[in-house]
Amino acid sequence: MPESILEVEDVHTYIGQHHILQGVSLRIRPDAVTVLLGRNGAGKTTTMRTVMGVLHPQRGAVRFGGREIHRLRPFEIARLGIGYVPEGQGIFATLTVEENLRVATLAEGAETRERLRRIVELFPDLDRFRRSRAATLSGGQKQMLSIARAFINPTRLLLIDEPSKGLAPIIVEHLTEALRAMKQHATVVLVEQNFAMASQIADDFYLIDDGRTVHTGAMAALAAAAALKKKYLGI
Amino acid sequence: MSRRAPLVVALIAFLLPLLWIEPRTYLTLTIAGLAMGMLIFLVAAGLTLIFGLMDVLNFAHGALFSWGAYAGFTAAVLLNGRWGWAAAPSVTANVALLAGALLAAALVAIALGIALERAIVRPVYGQHLFQILITLGATIVLEELIRIVWGPNDQVMPVPLTFQGSWDIADVVVLRFPVVAIVLGAAVYAGMMLALNRTRIGLIVRAGVENNEMVQVLGHNIYRYFTGVFAAGSALAGMGGLMWAFFSQSVRPAMGGEQLIFAFVVVIIGGLGSVTGSLVGALLVGLSYNYVAFLVPKAAIGVTMALMVLILLFRPTGLYGTPR
Repeated sequence: MPESILEVEDVHTYIGQHHILQGVSLRIRPDAVTVLLGRNGAGKTTTMRTVMGVLHPQRGAVRFGGREIHRLRPFEIARLGIGYVPEGQGIFATLTVEENLRVATLAEGAETRERLRRIVELFPDLDRFRRSRAATLSGGQKQMLSIARAFINPTRLLLIDEPSKGLAPIIVEHLTEALRAMKQHATVVLVEQNFAMASQIADDFYLIDDGRTVHTGAMAALAAAAALKKKYLGI
Repeated sequence: MSRRAPLVVALIAFLLPLLWIEPRTYLTLTIAGLAMGMLIFLVAAGLTLIFGLMDVLNFAHGALFSWGAYAGFTAAVLLNGRWGWAAAPSVTANVALLAGALLAAALVAIALGIALERAIVRPVYGQHLFQILITLGATIVLEELIRIVWGPNDQVMPVPLTFQGSWDIADVVVLRFPVVAIVLGAAVYAGMMLALNRTRIGLIVRAGVENNEMVQVLGHNIYRYFTGVFAAGSALAGMGGLMWAFFSQSVRPAMGGEQLIFAFVVVIIGGLGSVTGSLVGALLVGLSYNYVAFLVPKAAIGVTMALMVLILLFRPTGLYGTPR
């Protein structure tokens, strides 16, 4: 296995009394897109939230660029260069599109302005609706805003939770293109139920079941593994 | 319901009593109601930000109100005793006494607020039951400390000469101090709106009121903002307490607890986290209380609760609240 940018090692996470992650391990290759697959409730979102420091594991370790991060707080993890797009987008509905982007900038300066310009190139709709309240955007535009916001600071790793959820097929196509473009700038870890979309952009996959990683490999190989897909994804 | 609807409701509540009250009396009651509303707003504005941003049920807010009142009272007594600034027939001296007392009230409330946030609120973030218990406990301790330091009895507040009495404008009696309270409340509201809408800190606080977890994962140390908001909210409570002491011309240890009920009602009516909601809610409560106290004195307290029930029936998130 090549050197990894993110390592999750035998992580156990509880939510209240519930033992949700019971041994998740990941090694994420730099500059690749890795997708976490599994049925609803398998522990994919909890894995993302554990990496981001929103939940703290009771056992195991999370390392980013070789540094242990599982005891850090979410803002400290974000400042290391990890962007996070939560399930449900997490946009600030009462703020404008521009304000949503400004909240995300950690430093004002030429570099931030340049990134903002590049983001607007990737998502031209955001520029058109710059002064609109985020609540008035469509589902697809909200998702674009959420991804753009996570990417506005220098980002080495982007965690995106279910980006295609609830979106029309045409919007999913646009989103797939945008994520492909993003691949050139950062390592991406994706939670995705839409297998067709995942197989178009992902290089590697991890299958999570009942809070444990059960399979990993190249996405191209999974596409051909009918029995595995049937057993863990029901497709 | 549109965002203008709350203002229409407020306007109707504002004009309706004219059907039963003679216009000159109505104007006097309206000024008293606006002043009462503005004083409640000072307390509720801090409470709504603390509640909205930090999701903290701070029952000690009332104790900060009392401490602000007593700190300002002490400053006013000292300034009057030393230089006679309250009794002097000089607008400058009277305004200086008011400013000095407000500063003392704000500083003491900020110091207490920060100490409370660090020592007892921070360990119970996200646990409402513990927040209620521990902040109620802090209220008891802080009120008892007032009794130890200043004594258990009511004390007379030295009101500066300029702010005593009334103006007679076209046969309408306009009490002076309520006008000062209205001006101060309006200035605080304008300052808060400027800070929230025109500064980067304000932007992050507004985002945090909506989703503080998301603000953290975007790289902001939300706890630093929590402390800042707690300090600002405490300063407003302290200033509100002092202004109420001037308004009622007295201070007493339990005064904060009495006003806290009004403040919580206003926060709920206005919508959690909304400063404009707090202002509209506070004015509705202040005006309806004064009109009803004149028409049906025994129903004055009840009308505040009835107002809350009525508004929540039609708008469960409050006048300006957003669903969470």
